[in-house]
Amino acid sequence: MTQEGAVAARVQHLTKTYGTGETQVVALDDVTIDLMAGEFTAVMGPSGSGKSTLMHCLAALDTADSGSVMIGDQELTVLKDKALTRLRRDAIGFVFQSYNLVPTLTARENILLPLSIAGRDPDREWYDAVIATVNLADRLDHKPNQLSGGQQQRVAVARALVSRPRVVFADEPTGNLDSASGAEVLDLLRRSVDEHHQTVVMVTHDPVAAAYTDRVLFLADGRVVDELRDPSREQVLETMARLAA
Amino acid sequence: MIRASLKSLLARRVRLLLSTFAIVLGVAFVTGILMFSDTVQRSFVALFDSTVGDSVVRPVNSDVAQQGAVFSTQTVPASLQPDLERLPGAARVDGMVSATGVYVLSTGGKVVGGSGPPAFGGNWNDAPAGHGLEGLVILDGHEPHGADEVVLDESTADRAGYELGDKVSIVTATQTLDVHPTLVGIAGFREGGSLNGATYAAFDTPTAQQLFLDGKDAYTVFWVTARDGVSQEELTEQVAAALPEGYEAVTGDDAAEESAGPLLSGIGFLTTFLLIFAGIALVVSSYIIVNTFSILVAQRSRELALLRALGASKKQVIRSVQLEAFAVGLVGSTLGLGLGVVLAMGIRALVSSIGLDLAHQPLILAPRTVLAAFATGIVVTMVAAWLPARRTGRIAPVQALRDDVALPESSVRRRLLLGVALLAAGIPLALVGLFVGAVPHNGWWVGAGVLAVLLGVTAASPVIGRPFLRATGAVEARAFGPMGRLAGQNSLRNPRRTTATASALMIGLTLAFTVAILGSSAKASVDKAVEDNFIGDYVVSSAFGEGFSPAITDRMAEIDGVTEVLRQRYGFGLLGGDEDDGLSIVATAPETIGDFHLKAVAGSVSDFADDTVLLKEDWADDHDLGVGDTLEVTLPTGAKKWRVVGVVEDSPLVFSPVLTTTQTLLDSGFPDQDNYVVVFADPGATGLQERLDAVVEDLPVVTVKDQQAFAAEQRAPIDRIIGIIYGLLFFAVVIAVLGIVNTLALSVIERTREIGLLRAIGVSRRQLRQMIRLESVVIAVLGAVLGVALGIVFGVTLMYALRDQGLERISIPVVQLVVFLVLSLVLGVLAAVFPARRAARLDVLRAIAAD
Repeated sequence: MTQEGAVAARVQHLTKTYGTGETQVVALDDVTIDLMAGEFTAVMGPSGSGKSTLMHCLAALDTADSGSVMIGDQELTVLKDKALTRLRRDAIGFVFQSYNLVPTLTARENILLPLSIAGRDPDREWYDAVIATVNLADRLDHKPNQLSGGQQQRVAVARALVSRPRVVFADEPTGNLDSASGAEVLDLLRRSVDEHHQTVVMVTHDPVAAAYTDRVLFLADGRVVDELRDPSREQVLETMARLAA
Repeated sequence: MIRASLKSLLARRVRLLLSTFAIVLGVAFVTGILMFSDTVQRSFVALFDSTVGDSVVRPVNSDVAQQGAVFSTQTVPASLQPDLERLPGAARVDGMVSATGVYVLSTGGKVVGGSGPPAFGGNWNDAPAGHGLEGLVILDGHEPHGADEVVLDESTADRAGYELGDKVSIVTATQTLDVHPTLVGIAGFREGGSLNGATYAAFDTPTAQQLFLDGKDAYTVFWVTARDGVSQEELTEQVAAALPEGYEAVTGDDAAEESAGPLLSGIGFLTTFLLIFAGIALVVSSYIIVNTFSILVAQRSRELALLRALGASKKQVIRSVQLEAFAVGLVGSTLGLGLGVVLAMGIRALVSSIGLDLAHQPLILAPRTVLAAFATGIVVTMVAAWLPARRTGRIAPVQALRDDVALPESSVRRRLLLGVALLAAGIPLALVGLFVGAVPHNGWWVGAGVLAVLLGVTAASPVIGRPFLRATGAVEARAFGPMGRLAGQNSLRNPRRTTATASALMIGLTLAFTVAILGSSAKASVDKAVEDNFIGDYVVSSAFGEGFSPAITDRMAEIDGVTEVLRQRYGFGLLGGDEDDGLSIVATAPETIGDFHLKAVAGSVSDFADDTVLLKEDWADDHDLGVGDTLEVTLPTGAKKWRVVGVVEDSPLVFSPVLTTTQTLLDSGFPDQDNYVVVFADPGATGLQERLDAVVEDLPVVTVKDQQAFAAEQRAPIDRIIGIIYGLLFFAVVIAVLGIVNTLALSVIERTREIGLLRAIGVSRRQLRQMIRLESVVIAVLGAVLGVALGIVFGVTLMYALRDQGLERISIPVVQLVVFLVLSLVLGVLAAVFPARRAARLDVLRAIAAD
């Protein structure tokens, strides 16, 4: 686990555009951010603000036109596909909006998939801790289609946590869930930060979700336009309203 | 609605291409085979029509020998010609000399052709064939004149490598002919066409008479050409009235039919045989089309549900799927027709290995073929699409709003019941066809039974295959770790799809392995028969049982180390003159009869003399003949009565139930030729093979074989036939492998999001490719295992049914079994190349976002 106060991920002067000429869209416009280890960060902004692109670049799923991306002390922009794949496997965890579990595998197998792909044995103690945190011990032998949406998303969170990545990225993890299930998932992410010093970055629309985090970054037109520390739901709503105006 | 379904069709180009491919191959196979059989049929009809005149004059009973493929020495005298020319209906009369077994040697000293189609020799003339048809004409050079000139047909000259002016080597098995005339002309049909692999060497008439008829001023037949307005029948009546006793006239049509009959029925067999393979290809491609459409519809189920939600009726949805099938069928049939032409050329090349050389025959594309191509392509596709189309009707509109739409599927239990029902019907059908001799058309029974069993196994395969899929899944998980486990789970995800894909491969491999068992059993039986029956140390014979000069046998008898030679000759007659009761006859010299060591059960072998016969016990019993009775046989020289002097136990040395003397056969109009000679050697003799070989050095047709070589020669035709069957089944396997490609490619498209997820959490491209490859291998191996298992069942049952017909040994070729299984692994890996690459190249972000 990374030390408190260290930078877990960093982007500098990151720029990305789509299309050319008239139809050109600037998704990221010279963005520079430090994401601190052991922090729960939310990225917010209206559609087209570049928040998803930012996260995809951070998570080694997409490449930017210029600027640098670092996970820990590893510069991503110089890596080839093979190394990026290995980085995703070992240093990054993912939680998607739609649960994205492998339907043929049981919950347990889904959780252990990144480790078994890497050919590593799970750290027994850590695995038990993760299972305890996500509170799924009695559901581990079920296939995804036997689980509710909230349970599936908790499996996805457990899968992201189990390989002890430097950063867990969550892309609207509560977007498809009712509020109770959503709260369970957010609580889970929060506790992984508090109890295990996990670094978590979450893209969201939801001020309620944002209120679970330590820090909220607001994006608009590809730029970071505002930032809140230890936000409440009201503060987030206020900022959003102000930015939209 | 129509626009919507056509649009959706075009939007899925890859899927369209893949589903069309199966149809293209199936249709191509049918087209190719129909084209080929039309071509064969027409080429033979044309060939035989050009080998008869309007009226043919010949010795009575010359058709007897022809039926037994033995040539008689009977001729018609040239002195008949003036009488025939005076007939009012005759425009001209031409004497024809013809002989078989006249071999042309290539520039390299090898016999041209000779492996099936006959080798003709004769006199050159320009007589028109029946109905004014133009026969062979000189295409290049000029007609032969004098003893030193010869004309060859185009294909023979080509294959032998001769050009005009070259010295041509021509031999016969009898060694009565060994000449080296100059090639002065190339003959052929003006409008294309060939002799279909036969060879033809023509001399001028006096030379031909000298060479083939011992210099007699006679002919094999006369062709009488009718004047304008005189029919073949009228002319033949006039001719018949003018002929002396012992000669007959037949119309050209009848003569052509007589000589073409046995050949055409052989060709008919070949056509039926090929059509069976077309049927197999169609069944296999239907599997793939059904499978493809099931997947396509499953993938479109959300879209179809949306259409339903927007107000489309069940009927409209079903119709849109069927319209899609129609469009795909139409495109597939058109492309298949084109590929079929290419395939017909392939088959033409394939059969040339059994001596049916059609390289010079133009391929015939009959309207019927075009019709059949489109009918099969469109009908099969629409029927194949009907099942999944019907299921689409059951998609509820509300499903459009759900995330994961599952197409309603009939339960696996119902499939199992269907499979069991088909097996319960098919097995008895096949067994009745095989073992109850009394039912008519038992081939159909067996065919229907086998088809029912194959379909039954296919229907039940999701259940039969499940334990196999589980087992391979476990093996792969152990051997290949997490990707192996994923692959194993994926194969089990939709066992029906996996097993249906495997079933297509199963059919091809079932038949291939059945054939492998038949072939290897037949060869084992040949080996056993040779082992049991081979007596003496060497056998001298020609490849097709043609006769050779007795002088060869005489010279061999004098070789140092040879203790004894036994000669046999073959003849053919009609028992009691009945056209349908052909009888093969064997002859030997009375003074050597003791060396056959025959055991008489009645009468005495020592009474064996001219105009008497010895009969084998079983045959004598069947025909109710005993010592002192008379055997009536019609031979080329007419009806004969032979006295039975002995009934003997069966002996492997005597190939026919009736044994008479050499002189008796000579008197009956058969040539002075030995057919089969057994050489006994001094045990201490060395280098004997070389000395025997030296005797037949100049006769490439006649060979000296020890037991091993003889067995190999007997096995060779089996290998050739198996080779052709493998060649044809290869197409069925290709279709099946494309089916695997199809299923995998479609399932990759279906799993786009899942694949994206795997890539996102750190699965490398290599690992992804490995996963797809393993899935493919599981399908291929399942198909191979089912195929080989069924092949063993079919093969062994068939051999058991045939055990009375001399095929006593049942042999399962283990090496081939291993080869088949390994081959299926390779096929699996190959089939995965394209889908795996596609999966590995998916863009991670877009794949995750895909719906």
